[in-house]
Amino acid sequence: MAEVEPKQKKASGRQCCICNQRRAVLKRPKTLEQICRECFYAVFEDEIHRVIVDNQLFKPGERIAIGASGGKDSTVLAYVLSELNRRHKYGLDLFLLSVDEGITGYRDDSLETVKRNEIQYGLPLKVVSYKDLYGWTMDEIVKMIGLKNNCTFCGVFRRQALDRGAALLKVDKLVTGHNADDIAETVLLNILRGDIARLSRCTSITTGEDGPIPRCKPFKYTYEKEIVMYAYFKRLDYFSTECIYSPNAYRGFAREFIKDLERIRPRAILDIIKSGEDFRISTSTKMPEQGTCERCGYISSQKWCKACVLLEGLNRGLPKLGIGRSRGLNGHKKDIEQINQMNNIQSKPCGSLDF
Amino acid sequence: MQLTLEFGGGLELLCQSVKIHKVNVDLQAGKEKLTMRDLLSWVRTNLIKERPEMFMKGESVRPGVLVLINDCDWELSGQLDTTLVEKDVIVFISTLHGG
Ligand SMILES: [Zn+2]
Ligand SMILES: [Zn+2]
Ligand SMILES: [Zn+2]
Repeated sequence: MAEVEPKQKKASGRQCCICNQRRAVLKRPKTLEQICRECFYAVFEDEIHRVIVDNQLFKPGERIAIGASGGKDSTVLAYVLSELNRRHKYGLDLFLLSVDEGITGYRDDSLETVKRNEIQYGLPLKVVSYKDLYGWTMDEIVKMIGLKNNCTFCGVFRRQALDRGAALLKVDKLVTGHNADDIAETVLLNILRGDIARLSRCTSITTGEDGPIPRCKPFKYTYEKEIVMYAYFKRLDYFSTECIYSPNAYRGFAREFIKDLERIRPRAILDIIKSGEDFRISTSTKMPEQGTCERCGYISSQKWCKACVLLEGLNRGLPKLGIGRSRGLNGHKKDIEQINQMNNIQSKPCGSLDF
Repeated sequence: MQLTLEFGGGLELLCQSVKIHKVNVDLQAGKEKLTMRDLLSWVRTNLIKERPEMFMKGESVRPGVLVLINDCDWELSGQLDTTLVEKDVIVFISTLHGG
């Protein structure tokens, strides 16, 4: 008789404001609605479907690679996208694409997660490794250059590795798990750095249409809180250890600031994205003309692409080449500036995918 | 009071990589109920072994840490003022790791 049911008791007060039947389990940051688990699944998936349809992200018959790191965002993306593909008959061939940077105790563990996802979701997986592509693992690079600039390598190499993996899979597009919080953070960083050209571009849902492989972000308007709640309720299997080489303190502060704002006013995240979108620069900031790298054939506005400049430094034992203020191999100061910019726009620390 | 605490999304690393903790938390002297505010300060003292700033900010969890009480978002039950009862299950998940 003393056996009370605390769970029921506490829950009885709050009902889902969508179905008015079940108990609410979540307060949506976007709308402040209180909703139940079933309605949450429905609105979460429908909103992503709407974003895909409204922005015409895919065409029937396309082959799509999902950049998969084993982390929460890409795991939920793989799950939801294969679900929507079935439900709404997008007619897509989906693949998982992972980059193995060669980080012991981090990437090898997260790759195990991706391999489980391959089986759980029935999506073929392709792994491309730094070792195979560049002859160096991240561990070896860090041993050589120390912890200071390793994110430059990570960012430049990963971007190219994903493009090369996508080419091997012969896919039409690459989708990444960047969420609304990530994009708000990048908008803020671009403002803090005075990088107006990147400011409006970083909010585009599809980028790189002129490059080898367009990239798009179906989670552009999806809150991180909801992604994590979705993964939790669905018991999705993801990997959540911070990369051991992620010293990007500046970005860390921006992240913290966004999270503080979100607590006070959750809509702040969508508003920051909106601000970024509305920053259309009237001056025609000229983007560098695209050619190809003389050495590896990757797109590059310079003689050599960034990865090749960095690699040359590593291979010649001059790892500072292409980083910071040191002189570039091509002797072009522009090169260096570009690499610095590359470093600047690098999104989340190692282990997650960047723009 | 017997409670089950679960740490995820990387927070388990702050408590010796143990995800699930069955704990017994006593009411503070002179109080007749246990709130989330009390529990957080108890967790900080008794479970968090390193980098407490990854878990807490001020008297609450750090923004970006989600809290569920019996699988229900604590934003629906009054956050710090939520009163806990015997056998409640409290889950803490960091959203701040990886992507
Ligand atoms: Zn409902
Ligand atoms: Zn990095
Ligand atoms: Zn090259």
